[in-house]
Amino acid sequence: MSQHHNQPGFTDQSLIRNFCIIAHIDHGKSTVADRILQLSGIVPEREMRDRFLDRMDIEQERGITIKSQAVRVPWTFDGVEYTLGMIDTPGHVDFTYEVSRALAACEGAVLLVDATQGIEAQTLSNLYMAIDHDLTIIPVLNKIDLPSAEPDKHAEEIAGLIGCDPADVLRVSGKTGEGVRELLDRIVVEVPAPTGDAQGDARALIFDSVYDSYRGIVTYIRMVDGELRSREKLHMMGVGTTYDPIEIGVISPDMMPTRALGAGEVGYVITGAKDVSQSKVGDTITSAAHPATEPLPGYRDPQPMVYAGLFPIDNAQFPELREALDKLKLNDAALIYEPETSVALGFGFRCGFLGLLHMEIVSERLRREFGLDLISTAPNVPYEVTAEDGTVHRVTNPSEFPDGKIKRIVEPMVAADIITPKEFIGAVMDLCQDHRGIMGTMEYISTDRVEMHYRIPLAEIVFDFFDQLKSRTKGYASLDYHEDGEQAADLVKVDILIQGDKVDAFSAIVHRDKAYSYGVMMTKKLRELIPRQQFEIPIQAAIGSRIIARENIRALRKDVLAKCYGGDITRKRKLLEKQKAGKKRMKMLGHVEVPQEAFVAALATGDSANDRDTKDKIRAAQKSEG
Amino acid sequence: MGADFEVYVHVPFCLRRCGYCDFNTYTASDLGAGASRANYARMAAREMELVYDWQCAYGIAEPAASTVFFGGGTPTVLSPDDLVFLVERIRTLWGIAPGAEITTEANPDTVDETAIDRLAAGGFTRISFGMQSAVPHVLRTLDRTHTPAHVTRGVRAAQAAGLDASVDLIYGAPGESLDDWRTSVRSALDLGVLHLSAYALTVEPTTAMGRRIAAGTLPKPDDDDEAAKYEIVDAMAQAVGLEWYEISNWAAPGHESRHNLGYWRNVDWAGIGPGAHSHYRLPAGGDDGGGGRAVRAWDTLHPRRWGQQINEGQVPFADHESIDPQADLEETIMLGLRLREGLDLQAVQARTGTDLAPVVHALTGDGLVTCTQGRITPTLRGRLLNDTVIQRVFSAVLH
Repeated sequence: MSQHHNQPGFTDQSLIRNFCIIAHIDHGKSTVADRILQLSGIVPEREMRDRFLDRMDIEQERGITIKSQAVRVPWTFDGVEYTLGMIDTPGHVDFTYEVSRALAACEGAVLLVDATQGIEAQTLSNLYMAIDHDLTIIPVLNKIDLPSAEPDKHAEEIAGLIGCDPADVLRVSGKTGEGVRELLDRIVVEVPAPTGDAQGDARALIFDSVYDSYRGIVTYIRMVDGELRSREKLHMMGVGTTYDPIEIGVISPDMMPTRALGAGEVGYVITGAKDVSQSKVGDTITSAAHPATEPLPGYRDPQPMVYAGLFPIDNAQFPELREALDKLKLNDAALIYEPETSVALGFGFRCGFLGLLHMEIVSERLRREFGLDLISTAPNVPYEVTAEDGTVHRVTNPSEFPDGKIKRIVEPMVAADIITPKEFIGAVMDLCQDHRGIMGTMEYISTDRVEMHYRIPLAEIVFDFFDQLKSRTKGYASLDYHEDGEQAADLVKVDILIQGDKVDAFSAIVHRDKAYSYGVMMTKKLRELIPRQQFEIPIQAAIGSRIIARENIRALRKDVLAKCYGGDITRKRKLLEKQKAGKKRMKMLGHVEVPQEAFVAALATGDSANDRDTKDKIRAAQKSEG
Repeated sequence: MGADFEVYVHVPFCLRRCGYCDFNTYTASDLGAGASRANYARMAAREMELVYDWQCAYGIAEPAASTVFFGGGTPTVLSPDDLVFLVERIRTLWGIAPGAEITTEANPDTVDETAIDRLAAGGFTRISFGMQSAVPHVLRTLDRTHTPAHVTRGVRAAQAAGLDASVDLIYGAPGESLDDWRTSVRSALDLGVLHLSAYALTVEPTTAMGRRIAAGTLPKPDDDDEAAKYEIVDAMAQAVGLEWYEISNWAAPGHESRHNLGYWRNVDWAGIGPGAHSHYRLPAGGDDGGGGRAVRAWDTLHPRRWGQQINEGQVPFADHESIDPQADLEETIMLGLRLREGLDLQAVQARTGTDLAPVVHALTGDGLVTCTQGRITPTLRGRLLNDTVIQRVFSAVLH
């Protein structure tokens, strides 16, 4: 046999098929991708690594993919070798922009749905985005080997969504490999070949950029027009920098340097950029010698939507926290941070994140990979606050909230899509209403599942919305949201005072209706968490100078040990030594000693005010408002 | 230092175990290896000899014992003859200083007039009765078998025999009201005792009571309630001329427990019996570098193992700790601050080179201590918040 093999840089566009896989967490994307690599012969079975495409531990554990990658896969159909570019997409809500760039690098998308669970909100949202990008959709049900699979039911559901015949929905099992060959054949037949200008000035879309400790920044690109050669100077059209590329190549399945990348091909370039912010997703790479005149459309800088303070519990770890953030930044263009000083928490960083999950991932990596013990403050969204004198403040931290009278506060809004079994419609409506959501439309996506559309302040989502959604729907509902403008709202800053002193870490910007419950809950929590001391400690919540909730920690009257005879002395001394060591973990707020654990516990989200005392106090506080 | 030497003898037997008690005591009369109630005095005497030889080998030369104290358990489950025999053994080995204080603890229902007379004749000068409460339902909660009448009879007998009598009370038992407590204190003081100890009930998780509290079938003692009861006993004792001299102890002047004061002044003592602790200052100039340092050693806890060690001719130590200067300082501070005689500021300043004036000023300002003639003494509030006071002094001198 002397079959022709396509060489990188010399592959005719008509033989190229670029596609991505859209799937929800745990719907089996990685298993199917692994199966594809194995069937194509580029990864021998014995070398198959489980979940080949997911590289980071945390992602594996959480079943999510933060960073997408791209593999060049050969596939022969009808005696002709085709080159498939398989682009992995991030699976989560916070990375919408990255997803959109990955989609822009493809002509087709495999919609992969778990046959036991059906489609989820984020998948649906990514599917709509793919349709917006005019991608050819190949619907696939996975996990058909499982006894609980309901392929007929979910095929109907998918057919209803994308307007195909239920019989066209492919049925595969990543686990057994069943149906995966047919899937690859379908990709060749149905996904259009790229149609860029192979002779034009080079234009490559950056759809991902990853820091690798050995190679530096690896930038994943999709050649749209022209070609890039390995010794050619590159120019980033958005950022405006020029590089001598160190290496250009394809991944199949390991990095393989090539002399060039041609129109339609997917590959990587190592530029020598120091961190990913110099090689940004969405930017266009062109040749420095023969630059294109127009960059590819769609480049933008994602703005942080959630801010929080991260403080080392042991303030001596501040330099380590800085180093760790610097390292994460290499690989995370969306992460921003600047030093912050808190009276209560000491030295730390104010960090900006794309969303709540992004925040969780970053703080978890700091804890796990860098061994840092951290306190994070409550998440905060960016507000635009206009003071009475007309000055406008961008407030990403309650401490920036201007004193005095406020003319207007504008908060960011999101469009939230929630898919839930119909029996939870009422529960979801209650939840959204509690969170100031405004209902839009609602559609049945199958006989027993609905998609509900809401407009909700982002601030409401970032607190404990997702946990509550899951708990009120027994885990069945899924959520997706994206930015949707802003609105003016009646927001106030609630301060918490311990013994009359404001504790900056506990201040929060909340809707006026929620101020009382925040104040009551926080003061109650702190009363439980702060140990009694020699003096009485009032704990108050206040809006400006008006106290809206109050708790008292009674003075400690007795801490003495009754007996201290011959045999007790050693034990007593050791106990005192232990207490003394414990004091080092106390923060002094004025004269009040507050254990670190109290900050961690008080700032933890997810508690709801369901006990009677809390409800009574909230009601009383609201009444006093009149 | 080392001017005083004391002997403590632990008697690890009780007729029944009380639900709150976590002391090293056993209700069986024969624990094997010679550690039986009948043979106990002989074993303890044998231990004294082994300890004496050990002291000689380490160059620890103790003066005649200034105090002897029998504690338990219930020492009075041994016969008065056994107790007197042990006093005599101490006299033979170390000597007993003229005017020494010789005390035994007693459960009110394990001594009678005859026994008390024999103890008095055998050299005992003091009996400390475990009265605990005068209120029947509180005594029941505490699993005590005696009645208030037993206490009266025992104290009267001791007074008649010319012995100093002291009673112990416990406050804070589940279900004890403030009035119950006043009744108990009143009953104790009405006996005319010249010494009173009052202890907040300490619930150890390993005891029957600890388990019942953890299971929620008994209410947990409340610190505020105990604080109120402490103030009650302090006021009532003072009203009849008993002054506090240690946090949990009140006495008419001259009737303090000298033995217990020794613990708080960090003197040397030999502890005899299972689980008993000993404390020695090692002689200066030893070649082990431990010169002048203190060491605390404790005996094997279980009487059977303890007995085996003695039978093998070993001092039945389970382990020991060498008290380094830092720990010694900590002990000096924590013990001194329990006492009315207070903590000697000059001595602490000399040892640490730290000026204590600022912390003393702050503590005085908070009403926790008073300072007279170079010593600081906790106030009533400072006694109740004694740990706070100790910690604040610690943080001033230890870094």
